[in-house]
This record gives sequence, C-alpha cells and structure tokens, in this order.
Amino acid sequence: MNAPIRRLAMVVAFMFTCLLVSTTYIQFVQASSLRDKPNNRRTLLANYARERGPILVHGDPIARSTPTDDDLKFQRSYPDPQLYAHITGYYSFVYGAGAGVERSQDALLSGSADALFYRRMVDLVTGRKPQGAAVELTIDPAAQKAASDGLGKQTGAVVALNPKTGAILALVSHPTYDPNRLAGHDLTKVQQAYQDLNDDKARPLLNRAIAGDLYPPGSTFKVVTAAAALSSGTYDEDTVVPGPATLDLPQTSVNLPNDFRGACGPGGKLSLTRALQISCNTAFGSLGLKLGGNALREQAQKFGFGESLSVPLPVTPSQVPADMNPPQSAQAAIGQFDVRVTPLQMAMVAAGVANDGVVMKPYLVQTVRAQDLDVISQTQPQQLSRAVSSDVAQQLTRMMVKVVSGGTGTRAQIPGVTVAGKTGTAQHGDGKAPHAWFIAFAPAQDPQVAVAVVVEDGGELGHEGFGGSIAAPIAKDVMQAVLKP
Amino acid sequence: MATITTLAPRTRRGVELVLLVFAVGIVMLAYVNVGIAVNGTLPPSIIAYGVGLTVLVLAVHITLRLRAAYADPVLLPAATVLNGLGLVMIHRLDLAENRSGGEAFAARQMIWMALGVALALAILWLLRDHRRLQRFTYTAMAAGLVLLLLPLLPGLGKSINGSRIWIGVGPLSFQPGELAKIVLAVFFAGYLVQTRDALSLVGRRVLGFSLPRARDLGPILIAWLASLGVLVFERDLGSSLLFFGLFVAMLYVATERKSWIAIGLTLFLAGSYLAYLTFGHVERRVLLWLHPFSAKALEVSDQLVRGLFGMANGGLLGTGLGRGRPDLTYYAESDFIVPSFAEELGLFGVFALLLLYLVFVERGMRTALGVRDGFGKLLATGLAFTVALQCFVVVGGVTRVIPLTGLTMPFLSYGGSSLLANWAILGLLLRISDQARRPAPPVEPTNLAGSDAVTQVVRLR
Repeated sequence: MNAPIRRLAMVVAFMFTCLLVSTTYIQFVQASSLRDKPNNRRTLLANYARERGPILVHGDPIARSTPTDDDLKFQRSYPDPQLYAHITGYYSFVYGAGAGVERSQDALLSGSADALFYRRMVDLVTGRKPQGAAVELTIDPAAQKAASDGLGKQTGAVVALNPKTGAILALVSHPTYDPNRLAGHDLTKVQQAYQDLNDDKARPLLNRAIAGDLYPPGSTFKVVTAAAALSSGTYDEDTVVPGPATLDLPQTSVNLPNDFRGACGPGGKLSLTRALQISCNTAFGSLGLKLGGNALREQAQKFGFGESLSVPLPVTPSQVPADMNPPQSAQAAIGQFDVRVTPLQMAMVAAGVANDGVVMKPYLVQTVRAQDLDVISQTQPQQLSRAVSSDVAQQLTRMMVKVVSGGTGTRAQIPGVTVAGKTGTAQHGDGKAPHAWFIAFAPAQDPQVAVAVVVEDGGELGHEGFGGSIAAPIAKDVMQAVLKP
Repeated sequence: MATITTLAPRTRRGVELVLLVFAVGIVMLAYVNVGIAVNGTLPPSIIAYGVGLTVLVLAVHITLRLRAAYADPVLLPAATVLNGLGLVMIHRLDLAENRSGGEAFAARQMIWMALGVALALAILWLLRDHRRLQRFTYTAMAAGLVLLLLPLLPGLGKSINGSRIWIGVGPLSFQPGELAKIVLAVFFAGYLVQTRDALSLVGRRVLGFSLPRARDLGPILIAWLASLGVLVFERDLGSSLLFFGLFVAMLYVATERKSWIAIGLTLFLAGSYLAYLTFGHVERRVLLWLHPFSAKALEVSDQLVRGLFGMANGGLLGTGLGRGRPDLTYYAESDFIVPSFAEELGLFGVFALLLLYLVFVERGMRTALGVRDGFGKLLATGLAFTVALQCFVVVGGVTRVIPLTGLTMPFLSYGGSSLLANWAILGLLLRISDQARRPAPPVEPTNLAGSDAVTQVVRLR
C-alpha cells in the first residue's frame, strides 16, 4: 500500500500548491485592484482612521474631526454649519468630500497629499498618529456673519474681498444647508438628507457666490462700461453724454428706455459722472453703441471675465458674448443681453477699481499647517490683471462715490467713511421681479474692502426691490463689519 | 567477521520538547503583539493563556514520554502553533468586537482546547494499540451514520446559516459531522482492509484501466449517495465533499487502482452538476464563486468579497497583528479565519500557516508509510488526508479555487466540535506513529544455546 500512499502525498502537495498560488494571486497580483474597488470598506476606513485636519477661520475651527467610538474612528462636525456651509462643503462617508474646501483641499486635509509625504514617513518611524493638515481661511468672521444676517431668508449671495490682496473676506450663498447632516455616520439618515437637499426646489447645495447659475449683472456692469469709455481716451468723468428718455436702437424696432421714464438731464444731456450716479440707461446704451461690443468685452476680460479661477474652489467664468451687433452692445453696456456674472466677479470689478486699477487674484486659503504647526504652504497675493490705468481708476472711484453720496446708492452710506458703489436692478425674464445688485468698496481713499451683493428676484420687496433699497444695506453692513477695528 | 549492529532508534522526545518551546514562544510573541497593537500594553491575561497553553501541551508531551515514546516528534508542536495562533486571532477579534469575560470566544476556545487535549490524552492512555479499533469497524459505521443523521432529527437538529449540520442541546451546539469523519475513517479502514482483495484484484482491463466488477461498485455508490444525501438534506457542500473525498482516497490506497479515483471523480462531478441544476443554494454558491463582484452575487452575500478585500489589504507582509480590520468579515474567527491571518500576517504568514499544515499532513502520511499493518496504514492515511482535504476546501473556498463551503480550518478556527475532532485525530496519529517508529521487539536469546535449534521462539512481550 506504500506506493499509493506516496502518490496520495503528492496529491496533497499539489493541493497545497494550488492554495499557495491562489493566495499569491489575491494578495500580490490582484491586491491593488482589489484595494481600489469602490465598495472596499477597508480603504474608506483607512482614510477615516487618519484624523482629518480642521478648517480654521481666525483660529477657530469651522470644520473639525472628533474621535468617535464607532468604526469610522472620527466624526466630522461643523460648529457653525449654516454660516459656513458653502465654504466648507461637507465630508461624508457615503458621498466623499463634497464641494467647498473639503473637496478642493481634500488631499491636504486627509493627509494624503504629496506635500505631506515626508511627514508621513516621519510619523511612521516615530509612531506619532498621522493627522491631516489644518487649513486656515482668509474669511473675516464678522463680515461673513454680517453678510449672512443681511441676506437672511432671501435668496442670493455676497462676496467680500480685500481689494489690495484678493483675500476673500466673506463668501455667502443663501439658502444654505447643514453639512452636519451629511457628515453623520448613520447611513440611512445621511442618504435621506442628501436626497432632501437635492430635491429641494430652492437648491441649497448651489454655491451662488461662485458657481451657481450665472446672474445678469444689471446696472452694476455700467462700471465696466464706464471703465471702457474712460480708457478709450475720448471720455473723462465730466464728458457730457446724451441721455434721452429713450434710446433708439439701430437695426431693430426695440428701444432702450430709462427705468425712470424720462430724460436723464436737462435737454437730454448730462455728464458721465451724473449718468453713473443716477444709473442712466440711455447714456450708457449710447456709450455701448459708440464703443462697440468688443471694447466692452475686452474691458470685462481685463477685470477677470472669462477666466477659470480656482480660489481654490472652482469658479464659473463670467461672460460677455463675442461678436455682438450694435443693439446687443447697447444692451450689454447696461448689463443686459447675454452678459452673465458671478457675484465674485462683480466684487472683483469693485476691487479692481479700488486697488488703483489692479485686479488681485482672489483666494480663500491663507495658510496650510501640518499637525506640528509647521507651515506647509501660504498663499501670497498675486496680481491677476491690470483692468484700468491708475488715472481711470481714480475717476471711476470719484464717480462711484457720487453714486453713494447722492445717487441711487445712498443707503450704503457709512457715517465717517467715504463709500464708493454702484447699484443694479437686473431684469431676467418676463414677469419675474428683477435681481437686486450692489457693488461697493470703502473707504474710497484707502480701500480695505470690496463687496458684491445680489438678492434674487428683489428679495423681500419683490418688484419693489431695487439694488439701492435691498442690496445696498447688506453691502453696507458687510463693509462696516470689516472696517470696525 | 563483520557484525551488523543496528542503531537503537531514538525516541526524539527531546526534539519534540525543543520544538514545543519554540511553538509556545511563537504563540506568546503573537499574543504580546496583539496586546501592544490594540491596547498599547502587555495584556494581563497573557499569564493565564501562557500557563494554560504550556500546561496542556506539556501534559501531552509527558504522556507521550510515558505511553508512546516513539511517537512522531513534529505533530504535536505543529498542532500547538496552529491551535495557539488560532487562540491569538480569536482573542484579537474578541478585542475588536468588545467580547470579554465569559463572552470571549478565546476563553471558550481555550476550554474546548483543554477538552480536546483531554480527549487526545484519553486516546493515548486507553488505546494502547490502534489495531484494537479494527474490532469496532461496523460499530464505527453505525456510529458514523448516526452522527451524520443526528442533525436531521427534528427537535435536536439546528439549521444555522442555511446548513443543517448542527445539533443543539440547551445552549450548546455541536457539529456531529466533525466527529463523524473520524469514526468513518475507522470504518473505511477496517472495511477496506477486509475487502481490498476483492476490490483490487477482480475485474477487467479496459483501455489500460482495470475496471472493477459491477457488484463491487456497491460500496462506492453507497458512499456517493450518502454524501449526496448530506449535500441535499443538510445542505452542506463542505462535509459532503470531505466524506466522499476521504472515501475515494482510502479506496485508492487500499486497492492501488487508479480507476477508483476516475470513477469517484466522475460520480462527484455528476452529482455536483445535478445538485447545481436542482438546488438553488448550490446554484447561488456557484454564482458567488465565479462572479463574486457581480451585482447579483453581492445581493446574495458579500462575505467572500469582504474576505478578499481583507486578504488584499494584507498584501505581502500584512498589517501586523491587531492592526488590520479582520472584524469586517463575517465569521472572521471560524470559516474566514484564514483571510483574517492573511490580512494581518500577509502572504508570508499565510504561506507559513499552509506549510505548517503541509508538514502536519505529510508527517501523518509518513506514519502511514512506516506502520506495519494495513489497518494502521489506511487509518493514518485517512486521518491525515481529511486534514489536508479540509484545508483545501476551506482555503480553496475563500480564495476562489472552489466554491465556498462552510468548514472550519483544523486547529485554527473557533469551534468546539472541530477542535475536539482534530485533537482526537492528533491523538490517533501519535498512537499510530509510535507503532510505526517503535523498534521491533528484541529477540530473546534464551533458546539459542542448542546447535540443533532449528526454529526460534520469539516471544513478544
């Protein structure tokens, strides 16, 4: 019987060889593709097991990870969820790092960024618990709060910038949402919350300040038109321009009327400053005709239109259409036709004028620090473009100051501070109340803050809501919050 | 005149003792490793576990010195490492699942190990010669059948996870199939030793194959039907494969006829295919085996997939004991204990474990080669082969070589019945190996004085 026993022993050896091959195949050959399978919970948990870095505003966390007892080890929480939702985004174990800084800085926050490679190695050797980096934002909490309170229940957005650096001081989009609901560890609750937010007609997940559906800028765009006119060399702030009750548009039967149904000045003539001050449609419409669509478009591009910015949240480029015919140019000159902007872009227009004609690149992340507080990266202010000459910027400033001191934007006045601004009331579609706009900066002689406010559909006032009545007070509050010592 | 002197065979008990020190050392190291990885401190329970393990294996070692001095020196250390590492992994999963005190699986497993060792000791003390078991051939058959049928009895049998292979008495549950494989090995060995001549010599040669007579097919057909019965009524693919595989292997060894293997494989494949066509649960198993990542399969179960993820997570070197997440896999301490080890000890750790099993099995086979009686050869072969086959079915199942079945890894997995059965197998193999290696009794020189002495009288003690 010994021969078959020996042969059976060979069979056993063969069976074990099969097992050695199969385990090798799984643990060596297939290992990385198995690790990358989407439903591999271990990979997800490995990301969660590392403490995610906080997102800080003035040293206080607006997103932080706290240890939990469950499988996921850490719970992401947002102490002031509604106020910062569109800045932080959310970090969900079901939907991943969604929107906001959570997504755009995911690698740094989670600690898997290449910039942190060396530190990970050190942590491995020293046995220190690895942790993601902390991301400090440029946000001014007072300005953020003022913007959010000002909008209240109205739909719209506010962006405030430091015109000298491009640092984003406030970024608010309403309606907002509670990212804590998406960061929970209860699968069904998270899924329900996600479903609710996506089904919500008000679309709270939309970041209207930088990446919503673009808005028509209305009369705030007249600042760009004025900039183009002044830069052309044939105009200055005192140049007298025609301002009839209605502007006859060539090639069409449509005319361009003034909002206030009447001529803008005695004899249908007025200075450029006055035209901006009272937001005279016919004057700027005729400027559009004179300058042509391309001049408007080029001036807009110098303010940052058409630029795909990343702050590092991705910003939808604002647009002025190419190849407009004369009537389209006239409409574009007053911010109608197909001119479409983000509130951030309009804040950049105000900031460009404020900063002596130079537009700074907007940014939201000030500093990224490792767990040991070493600075990993720090954002240096960068010039994006020169929009207008210093001289033109000063003329524009003087014109915009008049708007607030004695024009359509008086409700943005701040006692003891010279404010420069421009209102806008943007029609969009028949029957709907226009969007109320206001862009401004202050103090006019030494600008510390530039702001853009849009309130959709006239806000609480509806058809009675104008830029000057609805949006200007919000802008004023935000600027005051920044200027307060 | 040249004289031939034979070296007195050594007992090798000293070697065994050294290997046992290593075995217990490895296990303790692993235990400390888990404690430090999970809690950052030396676990206080290490003394209890260390002393318990040492006492148990020393009891077997001393018994061997007294009762089976020539037993194989490698079998016990191999089993010690496997059982000990199993305890460590079960303890590690206890920590992950927050089971402690009487709830802790490791504590229960320790008790079962003690009972298993007691069973092995009983075999070594009470069974002085394995050939005595041959007397119980047909008793073993009856016992085997009863054990197989017990789970089907209403009231006594319990269905757990779709398989009806358990019996429950009060809070205790037991898998009689684990013990059935031992008594069936005894029965097969006794039966085949008697009938091997008829089964091996008579027959015709067809195409170079010597085929048996039709009427000699009876036993293999009965075994086939019985294993199909286990598959159908107890819904247990693994046990079914194990019993039939055991029978065919022993039949082959007894008769030296390859045709039995061909016939056995044909019958098995035919039976499996029929079962695949007929029974939903077999069909699902095949789906999970071939397409574990398909949406349809994931609807049925993601157990296999979780095990695969665990193994992939381990990679070559593993996460280290206590640093992976084997608790994410269902039955990580029993059916899926190999993926648990694969995750934390890596591919190298799994290789070490598999080679340890291979050493255990091959030492069993060597025992079969060495022992002089046919019954002992068949029994040792059968017992060693069940261990090998069970490893193949379990590891092959979790690594997708064959469809996944519900069997436990010998010595390693959590489970009382399995542990008892495997220590009994170890006891029997030790007993047989003692016979295999023990020198032939010395010839008594008393009657050699007379030159006319033609015959020697050999007296066996």
